[in-house]
Amino acid sequence: MIIGVLELQGDFAKHHQILAKLGIESVPIKSYHDLEKVEGCIIPGGESTTLSILMERYKMINPIKSFGESFPILGTCAGLIMMAKSVLDNRILPLGLLDIRVNRNAYGRQIHSGTKTIQMHWKGSIFSIPATMIRAPKILEVGNNVKILSDWKGSPIAVMDGHHIGINFHPELNNVSLFHEILFQPKSKNYYKPNQEKNVS
Amino acid sequence: MTKGEFDVKIGLAEMLKGGVIMDVTSADQAKIAEDAGACAVMALERIPADIREDGGIARMSDPAMIKEIQETVSIPVMAKCRIGHFAEAQILETLEVDFIDESEVLTPADEKNHIWKHDFKIPFVCGARNLGEALRRIGEGAAMIRTKGEAGSGNIVEAVRHMRTIQAEMKKLTTLDQDEMMAFAREMGAPFSLVQEVAELGKLPVPNFAAGGIATPADASLMMQLGAETVFVGSGIFKSDDPETRAKAVVEATTHFLDAKKVAEASTGLKNAMKGLEMSEIPEGERLQERGW
Repeated sequence: MIIGVLELQGDFAKHHQILAKLGIESVPIKSYHDLEKVEGCIIPGGESTTLSILMERYKMINPIKSFGESFPILGTCAGLIMMAKSVLDNRILPLGLLDIRVNRNAYGRQIHSGTKTIQMHWKGSIFSIPATMIRAPKILEVGNNVKILSDWKGSPIAVMDGHHIGINFHPELNNVSLFHEILFQPKSKNYYKPNQEKNVS
Repeated sequence: MTKGEFDVKIGLAEMLKGGVIMDVTSADQAKIAEDAGACAVMALERIPADIREDGGIARMSDPAMIKEIQETVSIPVMAKCRIGHFAEAQILETLEVDFIDESEVLTPADEKNHIWKHDFKIPFVCGARNLGEALRRIGEGAAMIRTKGEAGSGNIVEAVRHMRTIQAEMKKLTTLDQDEMMAFAREMGAPFSLVQEVAELGKLPVPNFAAGGIATPADASLMMQLGAETVFVGSGIFKSDDPETRAKAVVEATTHFLDAKKVAEASTGLKNAMKGLEMSEIPEGERLQERGW
C-alpha cells in the first residue's frame, strides 16, 4: 500500500517520516493526478486558509472527496478542518469527509499552544500519548456515526467517521505512529480492518 | 524552558513549511496576502526597501497596527523587534503575536548581545549568514532560522550566498571525525552541543527558511531547491506593480518549486518586479546583513 501526503503547504515532511518508520512507502500529492497512485492519503497540519485556497486553485476538492469514498484519509489539525462537514469560517471550503462541525484556532494563538498527555481509546485498550496542539481547532459537534477516539476538556480531539480519522493535534511531531498504524498498516495489531467494518454495517 | 516547550515553538515553524510568509504594512495588504495563500504575515510599519530609502531609526511597529492586522487575518501574525531589544519583545509577547523576528532590518538596540529567547513563550526567528551564526541564535532559543540575504534589495544574490554557505558548512560537518569537532565549533563560534547535533542530523535542529531579496516566483523556486523550507517575501510583493498577482504567483512557485512548468506558468504575464539594487550600489556600512553577529 502506497500512501500519499498532501504537499501543498504544511508539515508534510513529518508525516513522511512516520510512514517511513512504519515501513510504508509514501509519495507527495501535489495535484489530483497524484491520487491515482495511492491507496490512502494524509492531509497534514499547516494553515487551513492556505490549504483551502490551494486545493480550490488546483481543482483538488472533488477528486479528494471521491477518493475518500474508497480510501482512508487521515487529517491532522488543518487537515481535520479541511475534512470537516462544516467550518465556522466561510473562507474554508471543507471536504465533508467527517460529519463534524469545527471552529478554527479555537484554543487561542501560539502562546496558548502546548503538549499534554491524553488518553486514546482504541480496540478496547487505552493508550496514553503526548498531544501537541498548535493554534488548534475545536470540534464543536459530531454526527451520530462518528466515533470519538479521545477527548480533552470536554471536547472531542480525535474522531473516526467510516475509514477517515481527524485529529486536532500533531502525533507526527511527537513521533506517535498509532493513527498511521490504524489506517495504513495492515500488519499492525492496531489496524482498523476495513472489510470487517463494511460487513458489520 | 523545557524541551517540550521548545518543541512546541518548533512545531509552529513546522506548520509554516512549504509556504510563503509576506511582509505587510496594513490590514489591506494583510488581506491580499492571506487571499493569495500566504501561510503567515509579518506586520511592520515600513517594508525594508522603504526603511533603506528613508533612513533614520527603524523600531518595533505600533501595537495598534499589529492588532489591526491580527483582527483582519486568521493566519499567524509575526512582528519584528530590534536586535537585543528584549523590552520590545516583551511588548510583542503581550500582544500575542505568533512569532517574533529579532531582525537586522530594524536598527539594532544592542551591538553585543542578542535577546535570550528561551525566556519567552512566543517562538523567535532570527537571521543568519552562516552556520556559526545560525547555531548561536538557536543556542539563545531561536525556533526558526532564516537566511539574512540583503533585505529590501530585491537582489537574491546574498540569500543564495547565505543558504549555500550554511548548507556547505553542514555538509562539511557531517564528514568530520569526533576529534575534529571541537576545533570546528571554535572556528565557527558555535555552541559545541549544537555542532554535535547538526553532525548527527545533517541539518539544523530547527526549520531553515529563506529571506532577503526574493522578488519573483523563480527566486522562490531557487531558494527552495537550495534547501529552504519556506520563503519570506518582504519588499518583493508590495514594491512590485501587481502585488495581488505576484503574491499568488510566488505561492504557486513555492508549492511547485520542483515543477519548472508550473513555475513558468506562475511567472507568465507578471508586471514589473521591484527595481532592486546591485550590491555595489549599497555602501558596505549600509548593508543590513552586517547587523548582529
